[in-house]
Amino acid sequence: MPQGDYIELHRKRHGYRPDFFERKRKKDAREVHKRSAFAQKALGIKGKMFAKKRYAEKATMKKTLAMHSERTNRHKIDQVEEGAVPAYLLDREETSRAKVLSNTIKQKRKEKAGKWEVPLPKVRPIAQDEMFRVIRSGKRKTKQWKRMVTKATFVGAGFTRKPPKYERFIRPMGLRFTKAHVTHPELKCTFNLEMIGVKKNPNGPMYTSLGVITKGTVIEVNVSELGLVTPAGKVVWGKYAQVTNNPENDGCINAVLLV
Amino acid sequence: MASLIGSSSPVNNIISVLADPEGRPLGSQLDLPQNAGPRELQTLINTLLHNEESLPYAFYIKDEELIGHLGAHLLEKKVSVEQVLQIVYQPQAVFKIRPVSRCSATIAGHSEAVLAVAFSPDSSCLASGSGDTTVRFWDLNTQTPLFTCTGHKSWVLCISWSPDGRQLVSGSKDGVIQIWDPVGGKAIGNPLIGHKKWITALAWEPAHLQAPCRRFASSSKDGDIRIWDVVTRKCVICLSGHTLAVTSIKWGGEGLIYSSSQDCTIKVWETTQGKLVRELKGHGHWVNTLALSTEYVLRTGPYDHTGTKYTSDEEIKKAALKRYNDSKRDFPERLVSGSDDFTMFLWEPASSKHPKARMTGHQQLVNHVYFSPDGRWVASASFDKSVKLWNGHTGEFVATFRGHVGPVYQISWSADSRLLLSGSKDSTLKVWDIRNRKLREDLPGHADEVFAVDWSPDGEKVASGGRDRVLKLWMS
Repeated sequence: MPQGDYIELHRKRHGYRPDFFERKRKKDAREVHKRSAFAQKALGIKGKMFAKKRYAEKATMKKTLAMHSERTNRHKIDQVEEGAVPAYLLDREETSRAKVLSNTIKQKRKEKAGKWEVPLPKVRPIAQDEMFRVIRSGKRKTKQWKRMVTKATFVGAGFTRKPPKYERFIRPMGLRFTKAHVTHPELKCTFNLEMIGVKKNPNGPMYTSLGVITKGTVIEVNVSELGLVTPAGKVVWGKYAQVTNNPENDGCINAVLLV
Repeated sequence: MASLIGSSSPVNNIISVLADPEGRPLGSQLDLPQNAGPRELQTLINTLLHNEESLPYAFYIKDEELIGHLGAHLLEKKVSVEQVLQIVYQPQAVFKIRPVSRCSATIAGHSEAVLAVAFSPDSSCLASGSGDTTVRFWDLNTQTPLFTCTGHKSWVLCISWSPDGRQLVSGSKDGVIQIWDPVGGKAIGNPLIGHKKWITALAWEPAHLQAPCRRFASSSKDGDIRIWDVVTRKCVICLSGHTLAVTSIKWGGEGLIYSSSQDCTIKVWETTQGKLVRELKGHGHWVNTLALSTEYVLRTGPYDHTGTKYTSDEEIKKAALKRYNDSKRDFPERLVSGSDDFTMFLWEPASSKHPKARMTGHQQLVNHVYFSPDGRWVASASFDKSVKLWNGHTGEFVATFRGHVGPVYQISWSADSRLLLSGSKDSTLKVWDIRNRKLREDLPGHADEVFAVDWSPDGEKVASGGRDRVLKLWMS
């Protein structure tokens, strides 16, 4: 390798050698054969290093060739993407939607039969001594006919207690709830919705009539916030949901919407 | 008996002056009797304006329509009689359109959501574009599919009929535009390539400026507007200036193109050389939609409710020009823009670059604004589930239509400007009565979001399409 510019200076002053270009051309032509001979004969670490370098060269060469031949290639039509939206919705990110609402007739039939496909089919049975606590009353505190509910309850907006003297079941105000955190199973988002009533408590019809809410209870919630519409065009404002936690331990009611 | 009644109650006179919708008084002050009603005022107006035939008018006192007697109206609305009463008169459409109430056909055919629906200007043909990359033509007499036009490689986002009804142009998500012939259902020529991103809107040159219709403009997400010539199938002019996506374009009757963009501006271009004439600034967020006061007339070209057919281009141009001048009278062209900043502006772009009025009231972004065919009202559909009605000349708020339970996507007017149709995400369509400002008809039936609605120019049918992949035709 020339360490200086004397070659360039000479070329500038006197021009190239007369046979320079021909010699260069021929030398370059021989390079190919020389390289190939070296590749075949080189052994040991030298050979390995050369092979690695050569492989990388070949890979990039293949890529550029493929790129150049793209123009002549005919592509198969790509699969059309799903989820077509009109132009005014294209730049907007909307949360993924649930599928179309289920038929109301089917739901009414299920209601009549009293059976639903619920996320929690079996729940732990709750004994009466766990559900109620005995309240002693009377002058000598010997009468034991009153009971206090120890689980969460729902009473409704227009609820008025019976006269305390005749009240057998006491539902303490601290355990009364009006709202539930309802999760939509497909959208996976949770809404804080008002309850309308208790539909069925799996532990028994007495608990249903009292309005006791335990794990597995089916409650009815007000879904007018969600803006759901039935195929007939009516606005849906009440839907069933099943409670998934123990409200008396957590202090809130978590439920999953039954769609 | 009659004389007894006449003499029992003294009839008071009210000093009033008749004014046109812009506020200019017609003649001098008049002394009108208290028991004058709309009919008497109508005969008065017709004689004052020297109309050959008695045309129907509606009368408004302080934006409240006069229905009964003048006296009763004033008592009810507690309007003072001490000042000169200004009665604004508005000409009404001679024909009356019945509201649609039933779904006459549900036509399946598309395999993906229907994204755009459009009736031809003479209401003879219906076209729809969908996410399955096809454009389909539908036969209105038998309510079945007519042609399926393949050719696009991506979702067909917008379609637009030429004002003479001879061509349909469609734009897709990969920026390609294709021209179709509705008679045979075949493509006219090769697809037009030029845009780099998806097409957001298409607008034809009005028929009264040039017939047969040759030029149309397209806007795209890449910020360009291109004017194409159908005959040479080339892009004639490229108007670049917007920095972000162009969301909507309209070709005005005076040969100006209005374009709205996500860079919060509206630009006005002239079409011979492609120069920027004006820039209208004012919005604080993306401008989603534009509406022109003459839009409906320009879209329908020479065709009107009488249903006459035209054969030669001269006739088309003349008829279109006549209709345009009739609807415009001497009011300048007005433009309303709706934006993501929950407000709309009323502009008069030919005269100034400052807005005439700011229309606030919506609580969510405004998705679609549309002028009524006679230019009196502007309706706006918003994601806050309401449709609002505004005065088309002054921009004052008139009424809100509530009823939808999901964002309202698109609206469409009936040809006589008395009924308004809205389609929403909650899968219902609703027909609103402008006179009573109430819900007229509720049209449920779609199984999923309604993306596109259109009312045919002859007022007989409504077509709607959405995510449930069927096209529904509604009739009265």
